[in-house]
Amino acid sequence: MTKKIKNLNLNFGPQHPAAHGVLRLILELDGEVVEKADPHIGLLHRGTEKLIENKTYMQAVPYFDRLDYVAPMNQEHAFALAIEKILQIDVPIRAQYIRVIFCEIGRILSHILNVTTQALDVGALTPSLWGFEERETLMTFYERASGSRLHANYFRAGGVHQDLPKGLEEDIAKFCETFPKIINDLESLLTDNRIFKQRNVDIGVVTKEDALDYSFSGVMIRGSGVPWDLRKSQPYDCYESLDFKIPVGKNGDCYDRYLCRIEEMKESVSIIKQCLAKMEKGPIKSLDGKISPPPKAEIKQSMEALIHHFKLFTEGYRVPKDEIYTAVEAPKGEFGVYLISDGSSKPYKCKIRAPGFSHLQSMDYLIKGHMLADVPAVLGSLDIVFGEVDR
Amino acid sequence: MKSLEDLEKKINSELTTKINNTEVKHNQIYIETDKEDIIDVAIFLKTNQDTKFRQLIDITVVDYPEQNQRFEVVYLFLSHEFNQRLIVKYLIAENEVIPSLTSIFPSANWMEREVFDMYGVSFKDHPDLRRILTDYGFEGHPLRKDFPLTGHSEVRYSEDQKKVISEPVKLEQNYRNFDYESPWEGTRYIKEEIENNDKKN
Repeated sequence: MTKKIKNLNLNFGPQHPAAHGVLRLILELDGEVVEKADPHIGLLHRGTEKLIENKTYMQAVPYFDRLDYVAPMNQEHAFALAIEKILQIDVPIRAQYIRVIFCEIGRILSHILNVTTQALDVGALTPSLWGFEERETLMTFYERASGSRLHANYFRAGGVHQDLPKGLEEDIAKFCETFPKIINDLESLLTDNRIFKQRNVDIGVVTKEDALDYSFSGVMIRGSGVPWDLRKSQPYDCYESLDFKIPVGKNGDCYDRYLCRIEEMKESVSIIKQCLAKMEKGPIKSLDGKISPPPKAEIKQSMEALIHHFKLFTEGYRVPKDEIYTAVEAPKGEFGVYLISDGSSKPYKCKIRAPGFSHLQSMDYLIKGHMLADVPAVLGSLDIVFGEVDR
Repeated sequence: MKSLEDLEKKINSELTTKINNTEVKHNQIYIETDKEDIIDVAIFLKTNQDTKFRQLIDITVVDYPEQNQRFEVVYLFLSHEFNQRLIVKYLIAENEVIPSLTSIFPSANWMEREVFDMYGVSFKDHPDLRRILTDYGFEGHPLRKDFPLTGHSEVRYSEDQKKVISEPVKLEQNYRNFDYESPWEGTRYIKEEIENNDKKN
């Protein structure tokens, strides 16, 4: 007697702890093997791009924090760079170092979250407990610099909003001394762990060709052996003067991507150390009163400063008609801003290129033929955050 | 190609009539082409040994409602090998259907779906043209300039009907859009008058 077997359709999410947010993944299963995956996104769509078109350039910055909310300042960086290039203003060197320090802190924040939750998805609880303690320390640094743990709103076109408070540089330096030990601890739990390897090695393999075809960037493309990092290839701010390595994977599987992230964290620590050593006192934002607001004390003394302050916080600065695409190496990959200005104080259009969007798109290609239990492992190593995918 | 100027020459000499205009600025090349030629241009950029734009970074549309050809379609390309960025653009009218790049760049799939969702531009030969970011059953195309910021409908859970319902937006206060243009620099209508007078003289 023959029996007809029907494929099973399974709804993975939108409320699922391993979906890393609000992802509705419709899986077609043949037994335990995934035949097809259809991700439904947009459950967190807030219309960021539309909102930015209706705000002045300065008011648009906080929206970038809310994209990839585990590494907020990296996004702000892309937007600030785009405006600076159109306005053709120089950023003071101290501001460049501060920005790079906080971008690297953001990278560590994001990679800790990803590595530990990926471990959690495949059954290891301890790494997340150890890792999140460090994230808390790093977010205190965010708070001390910007006043907010997550949604910093700290970068401005022409520099950063305010200087670092007293003692913060020393505390970041102290963190750089202790943190490498934590990475080693995490590695001792995961890197040679039999279960972790069984769940990740040879899972979700991406070839070089496919990584290019599917518009992968960041760790997703480096894990497949393409040495491509925008900090090296198209350096912005002071990355050119810093010495760091780009870890590259070999096999393009989930395990290699994990190793890349671990190594990148170590490199980030070294970048932060170099910045702290090179940093000198000086201005932290452009001194052009038409672009960055004057210090509070000056407003009480100078008529011109008062007018600048008033104009900047009502009309905002105007950006000449132009269009530009700028990208930065965010922790998840190439984060880009395609900005069109029309000479007014609001952007005419601001398209945000989020790395997670093209990564998640390849879910069907990555998971086809894998077991259902591999879905969380692959999703985890894609490093998806829905704030940026849905925008 | 080593420099952007060489690349500009190369593209102009190889694609000749398919290119309307090229420009180098901000360390990127901007190319204007036509709807009919985009497939050929994309294939050339991807496969030619001197260009090798292997990656499609993004596709987007810019809306200029006052123009006859309302939408400008924009493609962003990246060449890892030569470390160059390139932007291809063309104008289309409102109801025009444009060719899909999914057969050349698989990653174009979702990008085109997003454009379709946000601007209502349809793609020919797209394997799966559905809405992507907006809600199931959403109407309208949010990123068009004539779509209001507040949207048309809002959803809430109805205690009476025991389900989520969608109803027209009701605002306690309208969205306020202040015009901060400096009176010292002359408000728009005065500026126009002065300019007109200047022209007459």
